[in-house]
Amino acid sequence: MQLVELLASLLLLLSFAMLAQRRIASLVNLFALQGAVLAASTVAVAASAGLHHLYYSAALTLALKVLLLPYFLRRLIARLDLQWDTETLARIPMQMLAGLGLVIFAFGLAQPISRFGHEITRETLGIAIAMVLLSLLMMIGRRKAVSQVVGFLALENGMVFAATTATQGMPMVVEFGIALDVLVGAVILGVFFFQIREQFDSLELRHLETLKED
Amino acid sequence: MTLSALLTQAAAVVTAAALAPLLVGWVNQCRAWLQNRTAPPLLLPYRTLRKLLHKDAVLAESASPLFRAVPYVVFGCMLVAAGIIPSLGTDLPAGRAADAIALVGLFATARMFMALGAMDVGTAFGSLGARREMLIGFLAEPALLMVLFNVALISGSTAMPVIVDRLVAQGFAVNPSLAFAALAFVMVLLAENARLPIDNPATHLELTMIHEAMVLEYSARHLALIEWAAALKLFNYACLGFAFFLPLGLASEDTGPTALLLGATWLAAKLLLAGAGLALFETLSAKLRVFRAPEFLAMAFMLAVLGLLTRLLFSGGVA
Repeated sequence: MQLVELLASLLLLLSFAMLAQRRIASLVNLFALQGAVLAASTVAVAASAGLHHLYYSAALTLALKVLLLPYFLRRLIARLDLQWDTETLARIPMQMLAGLGLVIFAFGLAQPISRFGHEITRETLGIAIAMVLLSLLMMIGRRKAVSQVVGFLALENGMVFAATTATQGMPMVVEFGIALDVLVGAVILGVFFFQIREQFDSLELRHLETLKED
Repeated sequence: MTLSALLTQAAAVVTAAALAPLLVGWVNQCRAWLQNRTAPPLLLPYRTLRKLLHKDAVLAESASPLFRAVPYVVFGCMLVAAGIIPSLGTDLPAGRAADAIALVGLFATARMFMALGAMDVGTAFGSLGARREMLIGFLAEPALLMVLFNVALISGSTAMPVIVDRLVAQGFAVNPSLAFAALAFVMVLLAENARLPIDNPATHLELTMIHEAMVLEYSARHLALIEWAAALKLFNYACLGFAFFLPLGLASEDTGPTALLLGATWLAAKLLLAGAGLALFETLSAKLRVFRAPEFLAMAFMLAVLGLLTRLLFSGGVA
């Protein structure tokens, strides 16, 4: 019970750390760490609720989000030569305050819903919603394609956390389906990166804002 | 007010005043060791104070009486703060008279007088340092208040002896909101005491100075008091952190001098570790640009508010 709360707080903290991280390579490390904490929290919920299928879900999270996807992203970064690339994030304090506002909103939103939740995980739904909203905020604030993809993957982390806490995990079929979708999505986006760079000589997304060349 | 309460009170103030320069000396020594330099003697800050107290003070022609009063006001503020913070025991009569918010007010008063004194003479560096100090101060203060609200919310009181007593009674448990608050507090401590990511305490490059730029005009006993007050501030912050996040071995109410001695031993051990930790952190980190300081302190503020929010969430009390 207390362990779940602690891990949930850690997940929220990692979301904020990703929001403030400038270096893309460190962003991927933070994402891997978030996946590890997510797997640990799933195990904690499984152990305290005695639900066996959540162990498989945790193993899936561990394999996909701690090992496979970060490995894929790191290789992508190495091949695109982005190891030392940084985002030019202007207003980090403003983003932090906006993030705090989102957290308050999410907690308020979760309050009436979580009354129907299970005993162990009642309070953590607010944190799951906050994680989703924070990843969206991160995607809004970023200009580089790679960090937007990391934001998208972090959003999926939030969804998985919401699923484990609110409804004690989705059916295995759905979970496998989502995992496969995320994996394929990341691979396809990786191919897109090369195409984008071929076209524009950069991975900044503002080049994609105009439809036609002047 | 019992005799033991008076004893605790007097011991807290005297220990703070006597040990503060030692803490600074210890941090400097650890830093020197870690940087492969020959370490200065542990008692160097005391010798500096004695040397400065024996010199004749020189004042700028344009200095007003305010300039002369500033060292005494700042030192007085820090001494009073040392009387409020439960460093050795929680049986503090002054701690019941002034709560955590009054403590922040005391720090703010000291900071304001420092800034006024720095601007008083009218040199460029003085006012530059004062402006930067106020920038850091106005960002660090809300973060510190939020940290205090965190522990106040957990214990249901803003009087520091009561907070510490309740935290001790609660026993050791990993509380997410306390962990957040502790992280935020360490960041505020670094910023407020002119330590490394914000200000380099050993700098001689005027353009990057914050605290040092403000004290350039002081000499002799005035400078001694200012330096002593800076050491006391670090000591006070360290004791505040120990009281909230590591309340081990504090003497409780109605205990004799033996409990105080035990408390002093614990305090010495904690200061030894914290000083070494501070030196290690300062060796490993580089100074942030001044314009990055708001980011650092926004992070501290955010951590403290997150602690507050998770506390409200887990106790089921979000409005």
